[in-house]
Amino acid sequence: MNDKLIIKGIEFKSRLWVGTGKYKNFEETRKAIEASGADVVTVAVRRTNIFDRKSENLFDYIDPKKYKILPNTAGCYTMEDALRYARLAREAGVSDLIKLEVIGDEKTLFPDTCATLKATEILAKEGFIVLPYINDDPVMALRLVDAGAAAVMPLAAPIGSGLGIRNPYNIKIILEQAKVPIVVDAGVGTASDVAIAMELGCDAVLLNTAIAGAKDPIAMAEAMKHAVMAGRLAYKAGRIQKKLYATASSPIEGML
Amino acid sequence: MRLKLNGTDSEVQDNLTVVDLLKSLHIEPARVAVEVNMQIIKKCNFNEYVLKDGDMVEVVNFVGGG
Repeated sequence: MNDKLIIKGIEFKSRLWVGTGKYKNFEETRKAIEASGADVVTVAVRRTNIFDRKSENLFDYIDPKKYKILPNTAGCYTMEDALRYARLAREAGVSDLIKLEVIGDEKTLFPDTCATLKATEILAKEGFIVLPYINDDPVMALRLVDAGAAAVMPLAAPIGSGLGIRNPYNIKIILEQAKVPIVVDAGVGTASDVAIAMELGCDAVLLNTAIAGAKDPIAMAEAMKHAVMAGRLAYKAGRIQKKLYATASSPIEGML
Repeated sequence: MRLKLNGTDSEVQDNLTVVDLLKSLHIEPARVAVEVNMQIIKKCNFNEYVLKDGDMVEVVNFVGGG
């Protein structure tokens, strides 16, 4: 089945994208990501530990040749900081991909919409492939595409909350209007949440805590892999209409 | 000379280039990005860029994140 996700000419093998944060250790990260079947992994940009050079590096476990590395601007609360982190990420990495996050509030980690829009415009002009994290806001999704976003990544629920898709109707509107791929980013808790996102018609799901925080992250990673595939297949297959009353599955004809 | 290196005051040799500094810290240049006084130094300039006393140097790399 030819059902490939392509963003700005980059072909993605998997519709499940995973984060690399919050794992017990790098070995667990490696195993969970392998089990998830994801070919995109997100990473953060932070100061190199210059005093303890024996400490291990994430890339000793996650081969950047095997995975598409998607750096984020997590932790940035201003447009200027987000631009700085994005530019550093491009210099440290190998591609123009950037997961743009400009956080507006510490408690909810909801995005600063105005700053995200401005940063998207600037980074897109600098040649970045900008994937902004936003609220489930259909109007903002349109504005971001006008500003040059290569894909739009609405949250399902607050980052790390595990609440699942809180407003499927808004996601549906975003999808209906979409001129770029839509990736649900953040807030999913378990496999069914991922399946719902894919059944709605989302192009991919990005998650981290739902796997890393599970009792058995490796088993959950595998569950997520199947959920994305099942949800996508169901979307492509076209579900039946919901009806209030029953329709018998067995024929009346031939009954005694 | 003194540098502010990743937020910490550090004493280093005079006339160090970026690549010298990374070598002395046992850091693989390919895996990091370097900023001097808020300006990114391109990897192709690591060899030539000479650090000055009082420079604010940031060396960053990728870590686990979502």
